[in-house]
Amino acid sequence: MDLGFFAQYLINGLVQGITYALVAVGFTLFFGVLDVIKFSHGDVLMLGAFTALAVFLGLDQLASPAWLSLIIMLCIGILAMGLLGALLCKFLVLPLKESPPLNTLLITLMFGSVIREAVRLFFPNGSNPKPFPALLPEASINWGNLNLRLDSVILIITGALAIVVTHLLIQKTRIGLAIRAVAQDEETARLMGIDFKKTVLVTFALGSGLAALSGISTGLYYQEINFSMGLMLGVIGFSAAVVGGLGSIYGAIVGGLLFAFLQTLGAIWFSVPAYKDVFAFAVIIILMAWRPTGLLADRSAERV
Amino acid sequence: MIKFQCMSRLWVLSVLCLFLTSCGEDSETIKITFIGPLTGGVSAGGLGGRNSADLAITLRNQAPDAKYKYELVSLDDECKPNVGVQVATKAAANKAIVAGVTHYCSAVAMGTVDVYHKFGLPVIVWGAVLPDITYGNDYLEIHRVNGTMINQNTVAAEFMIAQNFSSWSVIHDTTDYGKGHFKYFERALSESGGTILGTFGVNPDQQDFTAELTKIKALNPEVIYFGGLAPTGVRIRSQMNKLGMTQVFQGTSGIVSDAFIDGVGNLSEGVLAFREGAPTEKLPGGKMFMKAYEARNFNEPAEAYGAFAFAATNLIIDVIEQVGPDRKLIRDMLNETRGHESIVGPVTFDGNGQNTIAVITKYVIQDSEWVVWEDSEYASGKRFLK
Repeated sequence: MDLGFFAQYLINGLVQGITYALVAVGFTLFFGVLDVIKFSHGDVLMLGAFTALAVFLGLDQLASPAWLSLIIMLCIGILAMGLLGALLCKFLVLPLKESPPLNTLLITLMFGSVIREAVRLFFPNGSNPKPFPALLPEASINWGNLNLRLDSVILIITGALAIVVTHLLIQKTRIGLAIRAVAQDEETARLMGIDFKKTVLVTFALGSGLAALSGISTGLYYQEINFSMGLMLGVIGFSAAVVGGLGSIYGAIVGGLLFAFLQTLGAIWFSVPAYKDVFAFAVIIILMAWRPTGLLADRSAERV
Repeated sequence: MIKFQCMSRLWVLSVLCLFLTSCGEDSETIKITFIGPLTGGVSAGGLGGRNSADLAITLRNQAPDAKYKYELVSLDDECKPNVGVQVATKAAANKAIVAGVTHYCSAVAMGTVDVYHKFGLPVIVWGAVLPDITYGNDYLEIHRVNGTMINQNTVAAEFMIAQNFSSWSVIHDTTDYGKGHFKYFERALSESGGTILGTFGVNPDQQDFTAELTKIKALNPEVIYFGGLAPTGVRIRSQMNKLGMTQVFQGTSGIVSDAFIDGVGNLSEGVLAFREGAPTEKLPGGKMFMKAYEARNFNEPAEAYGAFAFAATNLIIDVIEQVGPDRKLIRDMLNETRGHESIVGPVTFDGNGQNTIAVITKYVIQDSEWVVWEDSEYASGKRFLK
């Protein structure tokens, strides 16, 4: 294959892979601290994108410059979803902590449906795909057959930075230490004086904020969002987290990139590219059968 | 206890009375159903059709010589076959509804023809173009005023070859609609001497097409043919730009809508598409229709197939005026339609209920508007397809 085309596939895959990894990191964080699967994660992502869009539409009326709109919508979208994540944890997840895990799984699944249907019904004309503003620079460079666009590069760097910052937050800060302690052993962490509830709420806010960033990135890249965009992204993000190893941030990154790589490979191999998702999920199933705890997990197998 | 029994009898009686009165009211107006996508990505076409059917009903209700009063029951099929079958069953099972103006999406129309046949509800398809909707069965209930994709693709292939294009890559959605377009375009192109370098069946809900488009970029065709509807078309055309692709984008009747131009913005320049019939303003009764439509101040434009929905509704009403509100009589009368004057030209149904329209119009987007090819600056040589 021509080097230019190879690089083009790589860049396309990287943009998608980083999006998936951002979602997967959220799943991995929630599972790490509380051993729960939050199935409304994809819908929180979608709501983050719609919140940002609503903020943009408001700012557009005030004739705000594009860069300022972008920063404000990113901040509000991420903070709002962080808050929603913390509230969801406080009122739906934590009260069910002692009940069977299936209950948490179901209640978050239902909460996701509520978010989805609410956007569909209450956002103006919400059942139709919404054009998302192209706020990133559209400059591009041609190297042979590779067309490298600045917006793709910015999205890859932003996503990677977000993951690095999350990693540093967990490894280098006091709250990160608390998160790791709770993840390792909740009882001992409590005995050492760690505020369990606060730690869990911060983790949920962090994961949900990352989902919002992922949703806004998707909107900026494809210039379109719709109320059901979180469904597939949620399933892919979850699969990526599981195959990488639930509880491991590196695992989530590897899982996200692997899934995007498999999809790209599927699209290249099959004459009907609609099969690419079938192919990617089939490989994920095989990998899960081979390594039930995930590719990079060091914890014991915990089936969900 | 006796008092309670009396009270309950009285209550049952009053409910019965209310029921009978409401039944009486129903029988005074004749109900016709309109089914199309009123929400979702292709709702622009559906809403235009709904408004047009509604216009036909209103105009007839205002006519002094009409024998009956008519009411339109609008249902949303969301352009999804499963939803389509649900609403089609709901309409067909309602005895008060005597006929239907149904479906913009081919995949939905294909799924519902059996329902109409089973319940004996005569319908006229107003927008879906897959040939099998009328030709894939021998149901007496199914009719269609608009043409099929066979004629559309024959004209498309011959036209493009005449413009000196020789190589294509095809992207089509994997619904009956997209697959049908690919099938007939491939057949027409092989007869005209063009080459298809690669074919890609994609999911209509798919968001990312960069992998497929990179593969097409490597194949380096002159034209990208897209068989599918506007939302997917918008994504593909936008993402072509992301990969620096400058091929000519050739679509089908499914993208001939303002929604496509709004979605892709400036990238729409020079996009080609083909559609049965003539542009609304050039149809025999197009001017009258446009004037009446504008007078109603609908929130949405009539879109490309509005005139067909209007013609289908009018045809049904004309038949009801002749034979009365009886499903079987309406069905038989519709099957005998020959040279019926309508705003889309004379309607003649063949043995399968298909209107024998053969006119196909070629369109190109010029300055963010769908322009008939012959009237465009591309045809006069001022601009060139890149």
